Amino acid sequence: MIETSIVPAFVNRGSFIEMNGRDRAKSLFDKNSWRELVGPFDRVESPWLPKQGIAPQSDDGCIVIKGTIGGTAAVAISLENAFQGGSIGEVSGAKMASALDLAARDSAAGELTAAVLLLETGGVRLQEANLGLAAVAEMISSILNLRQYAPVITVIAGTVGCFGGMSLAAGVSSYIVMTCEARLGLNGPEVIEQESGLEEFDASDRELIWAIHGGEQRVGMGLADALVEDKTEAIASAVREYVRKGLPPQHRSRQVNLYRDRIAALDNANQINPLQLRQLWSSKESKGGPQ
Amino acid sequence: MNEHIGLRGRVWLEAVTGEHQSRPGDPMSVLFIRARIGKDSALFLCVVPNKESRFPCVRDGQVGLEEAYALAFRVRQAMEDDREKPRAEKSPIIAVVDVKSQAYGRREETAGIFLAAAAAADAYASARMAGHPVIALVAGHAFSGGFLTHGYQANRILAFDDSGVMIHAMHKEAAARITRRSVADLERLGHEIIPMSYDVKDFARLGLIHKLLHADDPMRPSASEVDAVKQALIEAIDDTRAGGTDLNNRFQSAEAIVARRAGLAARAAMELQWRQA
Repeated sequence: MIETSIVPAFVNRGSFIEMNGRDRAKSLFDKNSWRELVGPFDRVESPWLPKQGIAPQSDDGCIVIKGTIGGTAAVAISLENAFQGGSIGEVSGAKMASALDLAARDSAAGELTAAVLLLETGGVRLQEANLGLAAVAEMISSILNLRQYAPVITVIAGTVGCFGGMSLAAGVSSYIVMTCEARLGLNGPEVIEQESGLEEFDASDRELIWAIHGGEQRVGMGLADALVEDKTEAIASAVREYVRKGLPPQHRSRQVNLYRDRIAALDNANQINPLQLRQLWSSKESKGGPQ
Repeated sequence: MNEHIGLRGRVWLEAVTGEHQSRPGDPMSVLFIRARIGKDSALFLCVVPNKESRFPCVRDGQVGLEEAYALAFRVRQAMEDDREKPRAEKSPIIAVVDVKSQAYGRREETAGIFLAAAAAADAYASARMAGHPVIALVAGHAFSGGFLTHGYQANRILAFDDSGVMIHAMHKEAAARITRRSVADLERLGHEIIPMSYDVKDFARLGLIHKLLHADDPMRPSASEVDAVKQALIEAIDDTRAGGTDLNNRFQSAEAIVARRAGLAARAAMELQWRQA
């Protein structure tokens, strides 16, 4: 006799998106291998938010966990989107950059340490404006430094997405893992609508948003590497695979000639059809770079 | 808003190199010049407005797809040219910065401007890490993604000290809207909370600037002012060659030790706990 459950399948799928930033990071590590660094009990907080009447958080919305992934040393840095939209402030930025620098130091000394960045962020925290932007610049440099030795894997699961300066951090990563619910871009739809007008980008047009920034499109056009389901095990397994694989033959942000030629060949008289661009860039002739 | 956006960059590029030109093959908005500075032959790069650009959202001097990839291409070419040379002989790369912002356009997002910006930042940072002295000369505006793409990976940042210079994460109107404040409130807050200030002298207090420069009329520099800027560039190049190839000087400077102490505390705690993990 077949037992039918009254619980729909999605309830027990083990959603990654439904977890907070800390649980997301923990879920990637080998059992009992991890430890959180500079956690909430260390109370390293933003000095700038209280001056503006905003309650700080004792981890500044940035969770750093070190351990092993598939037996390899790794550090995961996760941005908590429930605190200030996952934005980068002085402290969260410094935690991120210093963890990457230490991973690079260990890697250079022979102890290869991969990094996983869980990016749910609108970019720079405007209440800490210039120190946030400075931290993003420093973090990009730290990723590039670590990337010489060990892979830096960005995971964008959703639902905030990865925007602003932090999209450059994703851009210089070795690999980008996304779900269908994730989005990746420099400027979010609201910002474009504000700056360039409704006719340039209608931020209420959800189809347009996902057609341009969505995970399926980014992976489909070759700007991200793996499209995975919103399942904890699926994401952990994709991360393990990239940690195991190590560095790509050539990092995407080094493929300047390929992308410069693609932009030169772009027909931009009208707005670009995202699906056509995906087909064009994913075709064999225009592929180039690593296989 | 400064009516000279994008013009001051060209003025200072011409002033310190003694010429200006835009070679075919690049977008007209990216000027690159090989010129002598001290005993070196340096690559100067500047993004200027191009009203004729085929990308409408960059016409006021924003950094778009073509600009970012052209910068990345020129920097990588300079690295390739000097690949065999020892660090002391690698040519300086000087980013003359006067950029409104990144391009806010749908075409740009569709074609992945995030990767274009990352490719330019990667190129500048790679040049720095390979031992090229990379210097940013902020002659006007340096906003947000525009600055991350062009200039913010430099070993040393020089900037003029007048009110026409603005280095910031977002322009005033947009920052006010997003943080739900008036522009007047935002300006008042900037005096109390230095990372929010739009004044370049406050930016220097964060420890991110190597040296502030001055010109009485930055649109019409005198010969002695140009000489002083050239001298500052030479001194910044020498200082770079004597130091590391990372960005640590930005948080180890005397100003940063005061202004960025929360970030430094986070770094120190991370270092300590990392060793124990």
